[in-house]
Amino acid sequence: MIPANFIYIRPDCLSQAAIAFAQMQKEGRAPLYYGGGSEIITMARAGSISPGAVIDIKSIPECNVLGLSGDKLIIGAAVTLSTIKESRLFPLLGTACGRISDHTNQCRITLGGNLCGTIIYREASLPLMLSDAELLLYGPEGAKICAFNTIFNRRMQLKPGEFVVQVHIPATAINLPYIHVKKAAQEKMDYPLVNVTALRVGEEIRVAFSGFGSYPFRDFEVERALNDRGNSPKSRLDAAMAILSQQAHTDSEGSGAYRVFVLRNILEGMLEEWR
Amino acid sequence: MRYAVGHSIPRKESWAKVSGRAKYTGDLPAHGTFFARLLTSPYAHARILRIDTSGAESLEGVKAVITGSDCPWLFGIMIRDRPAIALNEVRYAGEPVAMVVAVDEATAELGVRAILVEYEPLPFVIKPSEALAEGAVLLHPQLAAYRKVVDEVYPEAGTNIASRYRIRKGDIKSAFSNCDVVVSARFFLPPSDHFAMEVRCAEAAITADGTVLVTTSSQSPYSVRQQLSDVFNIPAGKIRVNVPFVGGGFGGKSSVVLEILAYIASKKLGGKPVRLIISREQDMETAPCRIGLEADIKLGALRDGTLLAAEITYLVDCGAYSDIAPNMAKAIAVDCTGPYNIPNVSCDSLCVYTNHTFATAYRSFAHESQAFCIERAVDMVARKCGMCPLELRLKNAIRSGDYTPTQVLCTPSIIGDLPQCIEKVKLLSNWNGGKPMAVGPNKVRAMGISCLWKTENPPTDAISGALVTFNSDGSLYLNTGVAEIGSGGKTHLAQILAETLKIDAGQVHVISQVDTALSPEHWKTVASFTEYMAGNAVYRAAQDILNQLRANGAEAFKCSADEIEVENGRVYRRGNPSSYIEFKDIVGGYKAQDGSSLGEPVLGRGGFMLKGLTALDKNTGRGRTGPAWTVGAQVVEIEADLKDFSYRILSASSVIDVGAVINPELMRSVVAGGMAMGMSMASREAFFYDEKGLLKTPNLRTYKLMHIGQEPDYRVGFVETPEDGSPYGVRPYSEHGIIGIPAALANALSAAFGKEITSLPLTPEMLWRLWVEGMR
Amino acid sequence: MLRYEGKTVIELDVNGEKRTVTVRPSDILLDVLRDQLGLTGAKPGCRNGDCGACTVIMDGLPAKSCLVLAVEAVGRSILTVEGLDAGSPIQGAFVAKSAFQCGYCTSGFLMVCHAMLSKYPKPEEHVLEEWLQSNICRCTSYQEIRDAVKSIIQQ
Repeated sequence: MIPANFIYIRPDCLSQAAIAFAQMQKEGRAPLYYGGGSEIITMARAGSISPGAVIDIKSIPECNVLGLSGDKLIIGAAVTLSTIKESRLFPLLGTACGRISDHTNQCRITLGGNLCGTIIYREASLPLMLSDAELLLYGPEGAKICAFNTIFNRRMQLKPGEFVVQVHIPATAINLPYIHVKKAAQEKMDYPLVNVTALRVGEEIRVAFSGFGSYPFRDFEVERALNDRGNSPKSRLDAAMAILSQQAHTDSEGSGAYRVFVLRNILEGMLEEWR
Repeated sequence: MRYAVGHSIPRKESWAKVSGRAKYTGDLPAHGTFFARLLTSPYAHARILRIDTSGAESLEGVKAVITGSDCPWLFGIMIRDRPAIALNEVRYAGEPVAMVVAVDEATAELGVRAILVEYEPLPFVIKPSEALAEGAVLLHPQLAAYRKVVDEVYPEAGTNIASRYRIRKGDIKSAFSNCDVVVSARFFLPPSDHFAMEVRCAEAAITADGTVLVTTSSQSPYSVRQQLSDVFNIPAGKIRVNVPFVGGGFGGKSSVVLEILAYIASKKLGGKPVRLIISREQDMETAPCRIGLEADIKLGALRDGTLLAAEITYLVDCGAYSDIAPNMAKAIAVDCTGPYNIPNVSCDSLCVYTNHTFATAYRSFAHESQAFCIERAVDMVARKCGMCPLELRLKNAIRSGDYTPTQVLCTPSIIGDLPQCIEKVKLLSNWNGGKPMAVGPNKVRAMGISCLWKTENPPTDAISGALVTFNSDGSLYLNTGVAEIGSGGKTHLAQILAETLKIDAGQVHVISQVDTALSPEHWKTVASFTEYMAGNAVYRAAQDILNQLRANGAEAFKCSADEIEVENGRVYRRGNPSSYIEFKDIVGGYKAQDGSSLGEPVLGRGGFMLKGLTALDKNTGRGRTGPAWTVGAQVVEIEADLKDFSYRILSASSVIDVGAVINPELMRSVVAGGMAMGMSMASREAFFYDEKGLLKTPNLRTYKLMHIGQEPDYRVGFVETPEDGSPYGVRPYSEHGIIGIPAALANALSAAFGKEITSLPLTPEMLWRLWVEGMR
Repeated sequence: MLRYEGKTVIELDVNGEKRTVTVRPSDILLDVLRDQLGLTGAKPGCRNGDCGACTVIMDGLPAKSCLVLAVEAVGRSILTVEGLDAGSPIQGAFVAKSAFQCGYCTSGFLMVCHAMLSKYPKPEEHVLEEWLQSNICRCTSYQEIRDAVKSIIQQ
């Protein structure tokens, strides 16, 4: 039960969405773009948000695209996690999507929703940080394409009225070797205590983290340390951990010190596997 | 030959439940009903300086805003220490501060959000040891002035102690001096949640003639009636409590909380029906939870493992209000040693107030917590003696001829057969001696064992009853005051009735809901006591029916009643079974061939009152609180990763002396369910509080429950040592599956990691921390 | 472009029937099914998408009806436990294998099982676990639910 009322708008095209958003904003309704809805519904029930309008992007054709187009894999923001997983088009992203929330919710949660969520994990962002992905955004000024890593900094940094239409991933990245390790406090299906997602581009290891800190991140210094082939695996690991340890975050899932322990074990396993 | 007992029939309500048609309280139509929502405290302990309800009151559709000043009454089943809505002071985060009643739920919730409250935070205590410390803030400075509802509760004025119970047996001082091996350990168990799948819900209305109608998801409809009657001075006959299906209770729905609020709300609306709907988060934080426990255990033994002495302190953490927790402190004092013959015992069991959600009964009435402490300590003794923990338990297992801590002399009926349970669980679990076994790099497998026992702690005069009526097809309706909370009690009762009447259990229909106006009083659906208490009532109702059938048969067959046999739904004269009258033709009296009417319609009734129970002696604890004990032994096997501290639970085995198996599959599944609940609780569930005294895990995202895929291979076996005076000898069993599981899991993990675990929950992080601390 | 503001009459396709209800745009499908259509098989176990007791099937996929706006369900086909064919195999299997006790989570589990078995008549163990991990049961040991599903797969 959501106590407050809101206006529900489901546009059929991108421009309608942007216009509706602007209109609602003008009316002082603090609108939100709406994907799978799970986060908006739960937060509205709890009273932590109360949007005066939601703009559901699920009927916009561009937001529902899923497939290879030229040298890019295009995934619409309204495509659900389970659809991405079952498509097997980008195995690393599919694996990540298959470990977010639970299966039933994966049939509802959209890629755009996970990326734009306020819950700190946003695990679908990690594969995109590593794969030179781009975002197609739409907003008051129309469409634009940006590098994922310029828009996603801790969280999505969208301008008012902007929303994610699509994610574009270079076809060259989608079948690269990867490692995806998600450890939770006790069982498999839970928030990540530590999620380590790594992609190997040639000899180069790229790695991104969720759960370990209070936001998802990729750290080039950590990658430099891990890729420093002149050093032994142990000293590469030590160097990476020296940088990472400061970011460890404490919450009800686990302490920062324990996260450091878990992360070290995961990275050690990764270096062993990719020796 | 057995007609019904010993048969695995599906539960009576099976198809109602799998078709989605089974109605629970919140499923009932609500046309014309008003809705109430609660505003709760964001502080663990604070003075309420000001409440501004004007924002709520000005909302269209809000009918009433009720605060503590409208509710001068105090509630409590042992000590009247709890207001319905906080007045002047809040004692836990989550405590009701205001209630808004409105035309619909959304408006009520908007009203709640429009209330402004100003608080002045006060010092608070979260652990009982803190609450007992010198200078600790007092939760209830007026403790001495509170009304005691029962005799056996001993609040200590000027402290946070709600009650204290003492057990003194033998002479521990000289016994310890004779011991070769002494272990002592301190344990800490955080509270946790029942988490019944159905969130608590209650509705109340008052009819034009002043009858109070309550519909509620409760295990205790008659206690609802009693408490409303006592506090509000309403004649019990003017209160009618209805309990539809209950979506899980586990003790958590035995406490009377929401019913009181719903009544107050309806009263305020001139008797209009009001349904109180709380959120899952409030069900966790506002409604009562499981106790926490701190314990100091000292055990002494001879080198050969013979246990000689136990010195025990239990600090039961009851949270802000006492509810039934003093009785839990008493219950674990009664069973303080675990099921072992320890001749010298000293136990002090205290119930202590703290500033968190108050606690109520939880599956096994605190025995899952008590067993954790004792069974871990017993393993420590075994390790020190260099003995197999199973063999040490077998050596010390309590037997007929031994005395319990409260000095009850054990007979086979009273104590059952624990040694046989241990022998049987040894086979069922493929017990390996308790030593960890390497199974790969950094991987070990280990087993842990725990025994269990429990007797009951009801009021010594608790009652139950059964009414049985016949249908024109000769089938029966069984009507008891037992709530169907999922433990299958009503199916067992149907089987007891059928067996006694020598008919198929399919002929017995049960009335699923309880209506206190229609169903005979049954104390409460708690303590696994359905089969014993209501079972006895049903057994007597069956005897009553048999007597009436024999009387009718005697008239029909023109013989004496002694000569009449009743079997397979037929009544006949002994020696001539081929000439019979079917139930359908005789249960309504008998119409002879000439048209004359003979006999009378058959109506079965049976009542049962507990007998032979006593209060405990205040100084020594001597006394008998329950008719008998249920004993058992449980083993858990795990595979642990010594490097990352994760583990998998491979198998869990339980052998329980249930006295008699009424429905093998039902009993197996209920015991397995108890084991699973214990596994989830022990491995991940906890109410931890932050530095502000706020619950860190107030929702299902942060409060962890076990999902499918984590469950081990559950194995259940039974021993059958009948209990005298119980129908077919059955013992209480339905909560017991949980009792030894946390301990057995901790014993397995302690063996695997070579560390003595003393707290819950058993997360990889906790095991890692033990290892880190060991390195220091 | 669809737009709903204030109380609106919508038509839902529930269990093969067209049903008309009046909703606010912020009304949750779960509440509309229960309060307006009397379909109380779906249960409000947490209203947060965590327990699965409110699971229904939308266009063939399981959905937690506490996380769906009623207006989103317009034009979709909704199946609730009440719409399962009388005595469907999964219901019988739940009875035969003691896969419920209090019964409160049962509808949700049944709907996940039904959706899964419709898509994968013989699901592998990991698929079964993945789908059923969306739901919580507090009474059974889960072994019974697993056995109930397996008993159907083997048929």
